[in-house]
Amino acid sequence: MKTYEQINDRIESGKAVVLTADEIMDYVDKKGLEAAAKEVDVITTATFGPMCSSGCFLNFGHSKPRIRMSEAWVQDVMVYTGIAAVDVYLGATQLRHGDPANMYHPGEFRYGGGHVIEDLVAGKTLQLFALSYGTDCYPLREIRTYFTIHDLNQAIMVNPRNCYQNYNVAINNSSQTLYTYMGILEPNQKNANYCSAGQLSPLLNDPYYETIGVGTRVWLAGAQGHVYSEGTQHAGGCERTPGGVPTGGAGTLALTADMKRMKKEFIRGVSFPGYGVSLALGIGIPIPVLNEQILKYTCVRDRDILAPVVDYSSDYSQNTGKIIGRVNYEQLRSGEIKIDGKSVRVGSLSSYYKALEIANLLADEIRRGDFLLAKPIAALPKDAKMKPLVKRKQPL
Amino acid sequence: MSEIVTKKLMLYFPKCECEKPIIYHLVKDYDLIVNVFRAKVTPEEEGFLVLDVSGTEEQIQRGIDFVRTFKVTVNFTGKGVTRDKDRCTHCGYCVPYCPTGALKISDTESRYVAYEESDCIECLACVRVCPYGACASAF
Repeated sequence: MKTYEQINDRIESGKAVVLTADEIMDYVDKKGLEAAAKEVDVITTATFGPMCSSGCFLNFGHSKPRIRMSEAWVQDVMVYTGIAAVDVYLGATQLRHGDPANMYHPGEFRYGGGHVIEDLVAGKTLQLFALSYGTDCYPLREIRTYFTIHDLNQAIMVNPRNCYQNYNVAINNSSQTLYTYMGILEPNQKNANYCSAGQLSPLLNDPYYETIGVGTRVWLAGAQGHVYSEGTQHAGGCERTPGGVPTGGAGTLALTADMKRMKKEFIRGVSFPGYGVSLALGIGIPIPVLNEQILKYTCVRDRDILAPVVDYSSDYSQNTGKIIGRVNYEQLRSGEIKIDGKSVRVGSLSSYYKALEIANLLADEIRRGDFLLAKPIAALPKDAKMKPLVKRKQPL
Repeated sequence: MSEIVTKKLMLYFPKCECEKPIIYHLVKDYDLIVNVFRAKVTPEEEGFLVLDVSGTEEQIQRGIDFVRTFKVTVNFTGKGVTRDKDRCTHCGYCVPYCPTGALKISDTESRYVAYEESDCIECLACVRVCPYGACASAF
């Protein structure tokens, strides 16, 4: 048994033993669980992929004369202004003004909120255009100016939902091509797409949220941030394998960090033809080896993690809850799965390559003593279920 | 007899050369086998052509010399489809859409996605599907 304080002492003295979630299984196989739990202090987990529920609060500072922005656009992408005078929220999936969306199907969605966030972190010059109805204290009615992230007082990423614990494998049973947030799905089960870092993914290494909770320090696109809440749609009370691994979506995390400290390599705008825009993010989360059970959970392998195969032509879109079957991540990573005895080629929307890079970068930061662990101040709910939106004809 | 080899070329036609049947002469006069992957040659505009030519080294060289008598640029390396290494995140999403395996996971441990230009037939599937805009077409 170790405590957070003991592990942090070892990190600060540069003596911490840190392995990635990609390395730990072989290490435990070699050394045994008991010896490994004594030796190893921290396991680093990571993921890199599109995460739509992302965005940021920006504070522009005050102009002369002052403006209370009532509508605003950054790079022609609308931002939310229903908060204080020069605070805005920029969301990842917001389209650019004048984007024809799916008017000519499939739309291209070349630039939107996610791309603005990428350009902001990359230090590019961006255009702000804002309107106001004018008040006695905020008389300016319109402003058009140019800025970079360095001009802002704050640029704080606040993501309501990241790090889905597990996710669907999307497939198309219909005879027409589908354009989805899970990519282009060709007709008659010609291809399938998945989106998880599997054995490297944070919540799959801590399936019952024993170390990842509210207050956990995380690596968010290169900056040190933290978990501020359970993520939206967090549903820990899901079906699990006997080993505790959720067999569907399950837990999620709400994350925040200072964008001025982020690295552009780990924050990318993405375009999905026929669907829209989003933001791909790199996230690393350290798991302290407090006891043998926690270490045992981090030894999960791709072959132990099952993902549901869902038909996006009807069952996903109509929200029937039906699945075609389950496959494991080892099968998915082989590039081919079997559906009804037929081979289907598989692609990934989540980058294991980038996730591995992040897990190693975070491990190095911890070994150098630059990243300390934070003990959660509250646990994530373990038994929450996901509720649907009910279409009611009458008020309750 | 000399060995038959295949070379992939990208030809750029300036406006003044667009109406000449250059490829016809490569077949007829220089005995080359041509396999056109992709072309955009319109009268009154510039044009591009990406093709494989097969023949002996000598035949290919004579053919290229002939093409160069026009104001056509012959490019052996810069192909019609390029992959920006910095924008690529190696997610592997493009891999199943690539019909020839030019884009493939070359290392199963790191899951690095390699792009082998010589295997690319320029179908542009990767340009269409890449969410990061890592693959681009020269024309």
